[in-house]
Amino acid sequence: MVEQVAQMIVHGEAWTIKDLFVLPNEYVYWSIQIVMYPYMTGLVAGAFVLSSLYHVFNVEKLKAIARYALVFSFALLPVAMMPLMLHLMQPLRGIHVLMTPHFTSAISAFGIVFMAYACIVAAEIWFVYRKFIVESIHRLEQKSNRSGLEKILLPIYKVISLGAMDLSSEALESDHKAVKFLAGLGIPVACFLHGYAGFIFGSVKANALWMTPLMPVIFICSAIVSGIALCILSYYIFMEMRKWAAKRGKNWLLPDALAQGGTAIPVEQLRSIQDHEVKMTSKYLLIFMTLAITLEVLDMIFRGYTAVKSWDALRMVIYEHDFMKIFVYQYGLGNFLPFLMLLLPGLTTRRAVIASILVLFGVFMMRWNVVIGGQAFSLTFAGFMEYHLPIIPHDIETFKEGLGGALSVIVTPFIIFYFLNMIFPAFMSDDEAH
Amino acid sequence: MKRRDFLKSTAVIVAGASVSLSALEFVDPKELLAANPQLRWGFLVDTHKCVGCGFCVKACKTENDIPFEANVTRTWVERYVIKTDGEVVMDCPKGARDGFTTKLLDQGASGNRLIPENEIAQAFFVPKLCNHCSTPACVQVCPVGATYQTADGTVLVDRTWCIGCGYCIMGCPYGVRFFHPVEHVADKCTFCYHRISKGGNTACAQACPFGARQIGNLKDPNDPVAQALMNQRVGVLRDEYGTKPNVYYIGLNKEVR
Repeated sequence: MVEQVAQMIVHGEAWTIKDLFVLPNEYVYWSIQIVMYPYMTGLVAGAFVLSSLYHVFNVEKLKAIARYALVFSFALLPVAMMPLMLHLMQPLRGIHVLMTPHFTSAISAFGIVFMAYACIVAAEIWFVYRKFIVESIHRLEQKSNRSGLEKILLPIYKVISLGAMDLSSEALESDHKAVKFLAGLGIPVACFLHGYAGFIFGSVKANALWMTPLMPVIFICSAIVSGIALCILSYYIFMEMRKWAAKRGKNWLLPDALAQGGTAIPVEQLRSIQDHEVKMTSKYLLIFMTLAITLEVLDMIFRGYTAVKSWDALRMVIYEHDFMKIFVYQYGLGNFLPFLMLLLPGLTTRRAVIASILVLFGVFMMRWNVVIGGQAFSLTFAGFMEYHLPIIPHDIETFKEGLGGALSVIVTPFIIFYFLNMIFPAFMSDDEAH
Repeated sequence: MKRRDFLKSTAVIVAGASVSLSALEFVDPKELLAANPQLRWGFLVDTHKCVGCGFCVKACKTENDIPFEANVTRTWVERYVIKTDGEVVMDCPKGARDGFTTKLLDQGASGNRLIPENEIAQAFFVPKLCNHCSTPACVQVCPVGATYQTADGTVLVDRTWCIGCGYCIMGCPYGVRFFHPVEHVADKCTFCYHRISKGGNTACAQACPFGARQIGNLKDPNDPVAQALMNQRVGVLRDEYGTKPNVYYIGLNKEVR
């Protein structure tokens, strides 16, 4: 009996509270995983754009963080798909999107754009690290007593070198050109990857809050902001960990040193790289933040000024139901406070990092307010729905679309990065990579 | 057999066989519906006749295997109460599955609300179902083509192909779509396609004791629904979305959303 009743809880009912007049089939169908989805693709796109700033526009100051951002972007890439898989009611049929795309749907572009983007990032990493891969093959081959890890790494390097062992200066020069070309090509594709995520929402004409042509542009700008902020934050954290580990010789925290054998950078050098990169990157963060905030505020003002039929309901959501989430968390804590922190003179690394955390929080809240906020009112404009994030799961659905699912999405890129860092050391100090 | 007789009987057999074979092909309902542009299903709701008994909702749930206890439904009935001061109060408890048996209006988390009778200017019921739009937003947004429009205008879902992303549910301006609690795919009213394509009536129209619901062929000038559209003042819901809905309402108030 209990099981029967539990089965009759329809999708969305577990976390939706309806108020006033809401249609019987209306629930918050797109929940936390759909918040995570644009957030994660945004991080991918943003991290890639950051790396391209160095590769395409030759911003020399960003050299060290650019390589890290590229590898991290690659680690984030498979995770962009994860929230979708966790959200689908029929995850095993997810492949249909790639195999039988229905091209009038914005989502059907996912397969093509995502695959194209994955190929570009993979190719760029290959060209950036080709010299390193070849050198590693030579180094490992010469070694007579290879460790267990090195025994695994050697065949991996041999396979991914694709047999291109030429290290002549002409070959390296053409590598360099290829990196520049791919990074340049990657910027529009990264923007498209994320712009289309914005289009998925912006093109839903049934939803008064989502439907605006500004949506893709807003998404791209906030994506770059969040991507850069995550790079600053994670770069700082990894550098701190490396400093800590380098002092104490805890090699398990240095996957690249573990794999490549004691090439750990001295602590002092680490500190100076870290300070320099974090401060430089935050300048770019500031530029993109200005753009993102301008667009978001423009959207809000425009809605209030034109005040079409839906505005009565939207105003209730924006100024009453979600006031804290929009004005305090998103704009206050997530935008204006870090904006001031980055703008004030005498920027320290720590301040830049705290500002980055706030920016990440702000962009997350922006996604939340768009996705959940867009479902906070009924299609009738006469009722409201409140979303309650399932924290303690009582079945697989409330785990997938609850705190547990969201946390697994956040943790996964770092696990991937740990192993990816063994193959492509993201923190190389010398000039051996591009 | 003479040559003359042979030719004669051959002609008779060929003619007879071709007539009967073509008839076989002719009665294939799928071929008939797809090739026949003279068929476009539409629906007519006479709101004056609806008393909010909820028989249509019950019949629909039973006919289409939508779990009775689940809080989703392919069709539902809304109650509108317009007060003398102009305020509009609406409710739809459990999709009106059990009818409207109390004067209390279900306001969700805000609890029940009783409106004193002397404050009520008018009150009425509005049944709702899928509009089987001519340019359906749900079909446009489905990433895998699991939702499609048949040649005779109904919008259906392929349960074996739906990935359950919910984009169609988000895309529908009428809120008629939901996730089936057992099948775990998108679900919605089909105009009882399994019945109407065999000449039957929809379960809801059949169950309605007052004839408030009617399905018909909009392309047939002699069809009662098509005639009502021609001769009476009818309205549709939310035409501002450009979906060109095909459920028409007699007596549609501006308050109805």
